[in-house]
Amino acid sequence: MTKLEPPLAMLMELTHRCPLKCPYCSNPLALDRARDELDTATWKRVISEAASLGVLQVHFSGGEPMVRNDLPDLVRHARAEGLYTNLITSAVLLNASRMAVLAEAGLDHVQISFQGAEQKIADHVAGFRDAHAKKLAAVRRVREAGLALTLNAVMHRQNLRQLTEMIGLAVEVGAQRIEIAHVQYYGWALKNRAALIPTRAQLAEATAIVEAARTRLAGKLTIDYVVPDYYASRPKACMGGWARRFFNITPSGKMLPCHAAESLTHLIFERVTERGVADIWASSPAFEAYRGTAWMAPPCQGCARAEIDWGGCRCQALALAGDAAATDPACGLSPHHEAMVALAEAESAAGIEEFAYRMIS
Amino acid sequence: MTLTDASVPALARHVRLRFDAARNCHVLLAPERVIMPDAIAVAILECCDGAATIGAIADALATRYAAPRDAVLTDCLDMLNDLAGKGMVTA
Repeated sequence: MTKLEPPLAMLMELTHRCPLKCPYCSNPLALDRARDELDTATWKRVISEAASLGVLQVHFSGGEPMVRNDLPDLVRHARAEGLYTNLITSAVLLNASRMAVLAEAGLDHVQISFQGAEQKIADHVAGFRDAHAKKLAAVRRVREAGLALTLNAVMHRQNLRQLTEMIGLAVEVGAQRIEIAHVQYYGWALKNRAALIPTRAQLAEATAIVEAARTRLAGKLTIDYVVPDYYASRPKACMGGWARRFFNITPSGKMLPCHAAESLTHLIFERVTERGVADIWASSPAFEAYRGTAWMAPPCQGCARAEIDWGGCRCQALALAGDAAATDPACGLSPHHEAMVALAEAESAAGIEEFAYRMIS
Repeated sequence: MTLTDASVPALARHVRLRFDAARNCHVLLAPERVIMPDAIAVAILECCDGAATIGAIADALATRYAAPRDAVLTDCLDMLNDLAGKGMVTA
């Protein structure tokens, strides 16, 4: 067993409230309510504990983190603790005065999601009228405030044809970085998979567009690319390995090794209101469950890639192979891989377009 | 963009260099990136104040560490060009 290293990053889901209804939202299907959210003092304590543990970057996320009025206080506190601060936002609430307050609080970086390159598809996917126009205004405010800007382009079958325009938009608004992320199929996205999953040909075309853009825009725009691994031959190193680099705090204070981990209902996730962040990181049974390689069964156990992909994603293993400790079916060595590919091919060709929009039930 | 000894490098506005007590090393922080520069890289980066040229930085470091100036300049150019390609250093 190698020595446990400190985590690099913490994702703080300040709230699950959000004006948008994106059908691929990474929040769980069972959303936390406003009355269950952690208060400001608790979030500040969590930030300080994370900094002491060795966390270097904090991501303020949600839901829409800007619905919390204490966001500038939390950003200021994180900066005082030496942390690199990142706001992950839909930007529909990012008006001029709130931008000024956040910049003054010391915010380093803003990540704004785009649902398409033009209003019609973007507003349709977001389930929110004028979302696209508000985002365009907000990206300019971020640039004028001198903050680093990333565009999050969330791609799927219904907007992939706009990928070239999305990259063009990032250049036009002066973003340093674009994250082109194909939808990952957990939570709401799993529920909406048939309406979202691309065909294999669409994926190949998108990958070629990204590779050409990376060459053309080297040194000008950083392009991070996340592929949907249903068509992959090897799984992604989900979260860089379970409980290895990263953790997430839910609005009500559960500490998770990944934002989708609550789908693993056999694990008990402890709360930061009951136990310290460092203790949970080091010894919570849920964090230790799939940490490292000892938990692995063949073909992962003994595989030369065991410490490269860490067995892939536990949530996907449970969802598609029925066992959270199985090899991620995205791996060609998984006995469930062919069924996964067949599912993707069938659903992507079935012509289902209608979304089940995200909402608090 | 390729940097030369006449370029005046600085960390990009959104990039921060600081010491991390938990890991006992310096860290370079940027959007979704953490880099742990070695001691030579830290010495170079601490000279990137937006006023000194790379040539002047190489002069200063060659003197401070009693090292051959050509080798120091090569180290500076290699590292700063790499970071400029990642958008972390501007000139």
